[in-house]
Amino acid sequence: MKVVTANFMTCAVKGCKASPASFPLHFHDAELELQELDFQAEFIQNIIRRLDWDGLQVIVNELGFPGIPDTKPEGDTLNDEQILRDLHRLLLETQVMEGKLKCGNCGHEYTIKEGIANFLLPSHLV
Amino acid sequence: MLPTPCTSHVSFDTIYEPSEDSYLFLDTLSSESESTWLSNRFNSTPTTAPANNTQSTSTSPLVVEVGTGSGVVLGFVAANSQLIFGRRDILALGTDVNRNACLATRETAVKAVREQQTPASESVPTAKTPYIASIMSDLCTPLRPGSVDVLLFNPPYVPSEEAPRLPTVTEQEDKKDLSRSAKFEQDSYFLSLTYAGGVDGMETTDRLLEAIPGILDPVRGVAYVLLCKQNRPEEVKDRIRGWGNGWKAETVGNSGKQAGWEKLVIVRVWRSE
Repeated sequence: MKVVTANFMTCAVKGCKASPASFPLHFHDAELELQELDFQAEFIQNIIRRLDWDGLQVIVNELGFPGIPDTKPEGDTLNDEQILRDLHRLLLETQVMEGKLKCGNCGHEYTIKEGIANFLLPSHLV
Repeated sequence: MLPTPCTSHVSFDTIYEPSEDSYLFLDTLSSESESTWLSNRFNSTPTTAPANNTQSTSTSPLVVEVGTGSGVVLGFVAANSQLIFGRRDILALGTDVNRNACLATRETAVKAVREQQTPASESVPTAKTPYIASIMSDLCTPLRPGSVDVLLFNPPYVPSEEAPRLPTVTEQEDKKDLSRSAKFEQDSYFLSLTYAGGVDGMETTDRLLEAIPGILDPVRGVAYVLLCKQNRPEEVKDRIRGWGNGWKAETVGNSGKQAGWEKLVIVRVWRSE
């Protein structure tokens, strides 16, 4: 599961959707793996532009990465190759292989095993 | 003809083997009419924009397949993203209730992309379409509202007495000590999830359709859903049109007629004013 995925995930529990605390889900005990991919500036730019930046900053801290820019790169910063390369590495090359994702609203924890996050719910939460 | 992704690594004990419905998906999405429609909708380089003006390019589409099985459809879409969407920077994500299907899809997609998107020249590296994750979930329940640009669904559409229950969260942990009969029973259960659709074969599809207005991007979102004739596609389309708010539903692919009926159809669901 690539790190960028976390920007599209929320709690699977229906009642949590409306709560701002259900995004982003919080990483715990994450084990990361790097898998190199070809870099192309325009490619990562088009991905950055669709991200929820506040949500990304939260998980970057939780995963222990060095900080990313305070605000979403645009204009000149969106053409800064070093920033683009760092974000390419973080978003597309870094995979979460093991760990947990926890909902900030209901506290439910989803397990990640061999890179596959399990969002099936126990029957009392369906 | 475009190559079909290799699924020789997939064990079909619990996973649906690519069949006529899967291939109808591949043919429909890569048809000239549908790839033109999608490329227009997700156009990455408007010809009127200056080449270095990235702000005029639309952002990367998130393409999600629900119930990926072997991954043959999503792998094909990712590997042929340039042809289908007119761009390679799509983000491909798959969900399935079956853990084995999630693992299989990841391998199918990564292999298909690697085989078809290797750059012609080493000196100009072109980024490949990223397969971002396989996720175990009921349909698209853990995805953020409004986040999905393209949703693909080849459902369990065969009418059956009832739709099988969903797997519980822990029942897919490794169970190496299963007896042969217990393993057979478990495999049959997982296979039933791939085809048994309950009443009219629509129980699972109805739940997915219900989720569409919430999960799709409100402006450019589009869903492709396969139906068989027992699902009564014309009624399903009328129901979608009845949502109002500019929702549209059209048949964009079919498996040919049998006694005057289209056996399998693919319906495109989208909004336009």
